Parts: sequence; C-alpha cells; structure tokens
Amino acid sequence: MDALLLHRIHFGFTITYHYLFPQLTMGLALLIVALKSIALWHKNERYNEAARFWAKIFAINFLLGVVTGIPMEFQFGTNWSQFSRTTGGVIGQPLAMEGVFSFFLESAFLGLFIFGEKRLAPWAHWASAFMVFVGSWISGFFIIVTNAWMQHPVAYRVLPNGVYEVTSFWGLLTNPWALIQYSHNMSGSVITGAFVMCAVGAFYVLENSFPEQGRIFLRVGVIAGVISCVTQIFPTGDLHGRYMAKQQPAAVAAMEGLFTTKKGAPIVLMGQPDEERQTIDNPIVVNDVLSFLIYGTTRAEVIGLDQIPRDQWPSPLPLLFYSYHIMAGLGTYFVLLMVVAAFMLWRGKLFQSRWVLWPLLLSFPLPYIANTAGWMTAEIGRQPWVVYGLIRTTQGYSKYVSAGNGLFTLLGFMGMYTVLSVLFIVLVYRIITHGPRSGLPATAPKGTPVTVA
Amino acid sequence: MGVIWFWIVAAMLVAYVVLDGFDLGVGVLHVFLARTEEERQLMLRSIGPVWDGNEVWLLAGGGTLYFAFPLLYASAFSGFYLALMIVLWLLIMRGVAVELRMQIAMGVWKTFFDGLFFFSSTLLAIFYGAALANVLRGVPLLPDGYFFLPLWTNWQMGIYPGILDWYTVTGGVVALVALSLHGALYIAVKTGGDLQFRARTAAGRIWIALCLLTVVSLPASVIARADTLNNYRNYPLTFAVPVFVLLSLFGMIYFSRRASDRNAFACSCVYLTTMLVGAAIALFPRLLPATTGPVYDITIDNAISGPHTLQVGLIWWSVGMALAVGYFVLIYRMFRGKVSLEGGGYGH
Repeated sequence: MDALLLHRIHFGFTITYHYLFPQLTMGLALLIVALKSIALWHKNERYNEAARFWAKIFAINFLLGVVTGIPMEFQFGTNWSQFSRTTGGVIGQPLAMEGVFSFFLESAFLGLFIFGEKRLAPWAHWASAFMVFVGSWISGFFIIVTNAWMQHPVAYRVLPNGVYEVTSFWGLLTNPWALIQYSHNMSGSVITGAFVMCAVGAFYVLENSFPEQGRIFLRVGVIAGVISCVTQIFPTGDLHGRYMAKQQPAAVAAMEGLFTTKKGAPIVLMGQPDEERQTIDNPIVVNDVLSFLIYGTTRAEVIGLDQIPRDQWPSPLPLLFYSYHIMAGLGTYFVLLMVVAAFMLWRGKLFQSRWVLWPLLLSFPLPYIANTAGWMTAEIGRQPWVVYGLIRTTQGYSKYVSAGNGLFTLLGFMGMYTVLSVLFIVLVYRIITHGPRSGLPATAPKGTPVTVA
Repeated sequence: MGVIWFWIVAAMLVAYVVLDGFDLGVGVLHVFLARTEEERQLMLRSIGPVWDGNEVWLLAGGGTLYFAFPLLYASAFSGFYLALMIVLWLLIMRGVAVELRMQIAMGVWKTFFDGLFFFSSTLLAIFYGAALANVLRGVPLLPDGYFFLPLWTNWQMGIYPGILDWYTVTGGVVALVALSLHGALYIAVKTGGDLQFRARTAAGRIWIALCLLTVVSLPASVIARADTLNNYRNYPLTFAVPVFVLLSLFGMIYFSRRASDRNAFACSCVYLTTMLVGAAIALFPRLLPATTGPVYDITIDNAISGPHTLQVGLIWWSVGMALAVGYFVLIYRMFRGKVSLEGGGYGH
C-alpha cells in the first residue's frame, strides 16, 4: 500500500469520525441557549428540564468530540510533517488560537454549566450555557480559518528558507473563503442539532412517553430547522458555490461532472462519471442551469475539465462527484421536509400529523451524511493540492513514517472508534429512554387549560 | 524573540504537567486509596470539573509549539510517531473512563472504567516521563531535519536508540512516581476523614521512592548526555533551580506530616515546575539535540517561525492567556474546598 494514500485515509477517517460530534454540539449549544432563554424569559421550568435533558446528550457528544479532537491537532505533525514544517507559521496560528481562546473558555464554562446549576443564579447558569455556545462557535471559526487558508491561501509570503509566514494577521482571519465557508458550515451544524432535537421530539410524541417535552423539542427543532435549512442553500451555499467556481474551477467542474467547457452548461442531477472516457453514464440533465447558478445567466461559459491539465484533476474524481451530489440532494430534501413541518406547526397540526412526525423521526442521520459529504466535497475538491496551487499533497506527508506504521495506527484508531461508537449508542439510547424526568407533575395540573402548539 | 517563545512553550507545558499531573496521579492512586464506592466517587468528583480544562494546556501548548517552532513540531511528532499515537489513544481512554464511569450504576461497568482509568493514567505518566527523557538524550536527526524512532530496539542508548531505552524508562518511572505523589497530595487537600488520612500515608511512602529517583535521575542524565551540565557551569545562578527542587521535595514531607495539605501540594507544584525548568535549562538553546552530531541539533534559531508571525502571536497569546487564567481562577474558586457527593452534575 502506498504511504501517501494511507496518510490521506488516516487523516480522512479520523477527521470524519471526529466531526460527527462537534457538528451536533455546535448546533445543540445554540438550541440549548434558546431553551434556557425561553425558560428564563417566561419563567417556564419545562424549558429548564428540556435544557437539562439536552445537556446530558451534549455532555457525551462533547466528551467524544474532545477525545477524538486531540488526535487531529497532533496528526498535522505525525502524518503531515513536511506540510507542517513549511506552513506551521501560518496555520499553526489559528490552531493554537483555538486552544487558547476557545477550549479554555469551553471547558471552564461547561464545568459550570453541568455541575453548577444549583450553585449559580438562573441568569448565571444561562450565561454559562451562552459561553459554552460562544466557545464552541469560536472553535469552529479557527478550524475554518485553518482550512480556508489551505483552500485559498491569502496574506502570506515565503521566507528564504522555504517556510511560509503570515504577512497580515487580519487578512488571515478575514479570508473571504473562511467567512463564506464558516457561515455555510455553522448553518449545517444547526441543521444537525435541529434534526436530532426534532427526532427525539417526534419519538416522544409518537410513543406518547414524554409528549409535553416532545412538543417543546419539536417546536424549537422545527423553527431552528426551517431557518437553518433555508440559509444552508441561500445565501450560504449559493455564495460558496459561486466563490468556489471562481477560485477552484477544477473542483467545480469535477463536482458537477462537466468534462467539456460549455456555454449554457447543464446541471447533472444524477449519473455515474467515467473518468477514462470522460462521460457521465445514465445522466439526468437540466440544460443551462449550471451557468445560471454560477453566473446568473444561462448563456455564461463554465470551464470544464478539458481546460484543466490532467495532473491537476481532483482525485478520486467520482467520489468528489458523489459527495457533492449527496450533499446537494439531501440539502434540498431538508428544505422540503422542514418547510412542511413548519407549516404544520404554524397551523397547529404538527403534533397530530403522523405522516410528518415519522419522516422527522427517521431523518436524523441524514444531516450527518450531508455534513460529511459537504466536507468531502471541499477536501477532495482541493486535491491534488494540500495548499491550493502552492503545495501538492504528494509533498506534504511524513516521508519517514512508513506505510506499515501508518496502517498500524489507522487500524488502531478504527478499533478504538468502533468501541467508542458502541458505548456512545448505548449511553444515548439510555438517556433518551430515561427521558427528561422532572420534579414537576408529568401532566398539567387540573384546571389548567390544555393547549396545543 | 526565539528565547521568549522557548520559555512560553516551556511554561505552557509546565502548566500542563502541574495541572493534569494531579488528574493522572488520582488515576494511578484511586484503585489503591479508595475502599468504598463513595470514596471512589469522591476521588473522581475532585477532578470532575477540571480535568478537561487541565488537558487543554497540552493542546494549547502543542498548538503554540506548532506555530512558533514548526520544524520541531514536524520533526518530533513524526519521529516519535508510534509513541505519540499511543499517548493519543491513552488520552482517549482516560477521558472516556473519567466521564463514562458514572453513567451506568452497574458494578461490572464501573469496575471496567476504574481499571481503564488506572491503566491509561499510569501509562500516560510513564510515556510523558519517557518523552522528556528522549528530548534530553537526543534523537538521530538526519541532515534534512527529520528522524524516525522505533518504539524500542535493544533498550540501550547510542546513536540509534529506541524511544524506550533504560534511560527513558527511568525517566518514565520518575514521572509516574512524581505524579502519583502529586495526586496523593491533591486528594489530601480535596477530601477529609479516612480517605485523607490514607492519602497522606501513601504520600509519605511514595515520597521515599521519589527522593531516591530524584537523586538517580541527575547522574543518569549526565550519562545520557555528557554536556547536560554545561549551562549550569556557565551560569552558576541556575544552580538555584536544583536547590529549589530539593527544598520543595523536603517541603512536601514537612507540610504533609503536619497536616498542612495545601502547602504540601504547593511544594509538589514547585517540585514539578523546577524539575522541568531544570531540564529546559539543560537543553537551552537546543530544542531537540541530535545523537548524530551537534550540527544536526534542532535549535531555537533553526526552528523559529518568521518574525511577523511571532510578533502578532505574542499579542494574541498574552490576551488569550489573561483570559484563560481568569477562567481557571473562576472555576477553581467555584469548586474550591473539600468535595462532597451532593449537588450532582447532569451526567452523574
């Protein structure tokens, strides 16, 4: 097995597994702040119970995010040492800032949030939840800044010894790619949080086990879901796609399966790219749409792979094509589902509409798939570069770490993460079946008018 | 500028060892000290709200090392590949063990995670000590600045040693004993009654072992590298550091015997700090010496980042550190005093 490929799979596997957890905690942190705010504002203890329930799920996800995140920071050095050596002065900076500005904040206030509810005033407990949210979103920002510099290097110069240095710190932090990618990514994590909250809510309502809490989860989840699903496509996804078409035409051509440059380029909704014969098998195509999406006019010319030298094609190309199509397809489905759910919520019929509750229950894995596919689109699209246009991936990996050693630790991580997955599923299942038990009576006291929605 | 960043990185790693050190010590000792389920829970509760924040010092220190000395980060992390990966796995196990133990009230479940907590904490302490010893001993750096060490070869030092040889394993044992003592003194501060009494007794016994090992570690380091003491000879003021090592070592037992646990723990913090500072002085201005010849040493000068990176870094680093210290003061004040089992967190 080729060492370069192994190092790519090593990083790809560990980062993909890692990001299953932060995407939920970042989204959920926002939703927990929403629950705590409603509880504080309306003095409604039910919402505090809801927040306490989600804090348990948050804590387990946070833990797994932490323990699987530490290897990420170290893998730049262990598996990508040549890349780290030349670019450490640039990308080491946001990575260190993540530790200094985000992790300290997050860990301190999560301790207060989890252990301190009885010791803190209600507003202070709200504030600790808010700080956890701020910490997790800052963390996401610095990671995106790091990745954005690899996608679209700005504000750097090369020193005589071949090492990269930041010329403008502000320029690094306000990299346009970073700002667009950040908004798209964070909106994606709110989608995950909202779908998970909706799924648990739908489960409680359908099962009639904790219906009151279930309705709270559905209400908050659907509102957050419909907003985030729409912003995911417009404006964030739209901006991202158009900016990418300008900066990484090779990636966009490969994502869309556009082998030949065309005026009025079509969009391929489905199909199987054949890299050798440069065609799409079984294509379902709508003409002119791609030109319109990128340039706002159906007659614009879109660069195809024929204008890209073969050694600059992203690889593996079919995987890039599928990742992008899975992401975009699921994103469209999310909008449809959430708009319907929001409409039913608004009409006051959501909690009785089993035909909406069932899809809400079953759809929670899909945002995980969509977020993963989105990141695969970004990262495979960047290939064959580790820093776009500057350093090839072949020049980045640790050349003295043999394929044998790489495979050993890859298998180790796979085994360990399998065990973690089993523990995670068992514990989350227990939390959900145990439910948001409360000090309050399970049903509303007699004489209280029962209202729906 | 390079000198400032050398000491900044050193300070962050010292903070990590002093803070996460007692978490590890508790991990090593909890199987011996706690006799009842309640005592187990108390010991875990004493580190529950803080261990994660303590571990952040490793990440923040690693990140700072990354951008301040990219060559060192790249070379050392890929060169110590297997040992580093094992440390990462142990950190995963430790975190999971601390947090998941209380999730299910089942004897088998708890015993499993107790064992895992002990296992991971013990090996982490040994690997950290061995890591420091590796840096002091040096590694076979190639002309291009990289190296690759197997986990072990014949357990002897030489130009091409393994990550584990007799010297680095000795370093590992020193770390294990020092951090166990650190943990015992922490438990004495945070608990009362029988458990506190047992923690003090254990501290007294471990202390004897630590005295012996502290004395052994110096000549061992001189055998590992003949020039270990050069900086000390050239700058005699630096001999204050080993003096503080000895003072704090005796301070620990003095205060612990008089039931002044906070002072004993403070002495342990000073001990760990001065041991590490002593090692840093021995290294300076090298970052990673080469066994293949001094021309291949990784030094501050050949590993340092560009000037603009470092200037900007100094500004945000200072701001970030002020904030971080603020959070730590807040959280340690919030959870100061003896631990009790009342007022549980959500996960517990």
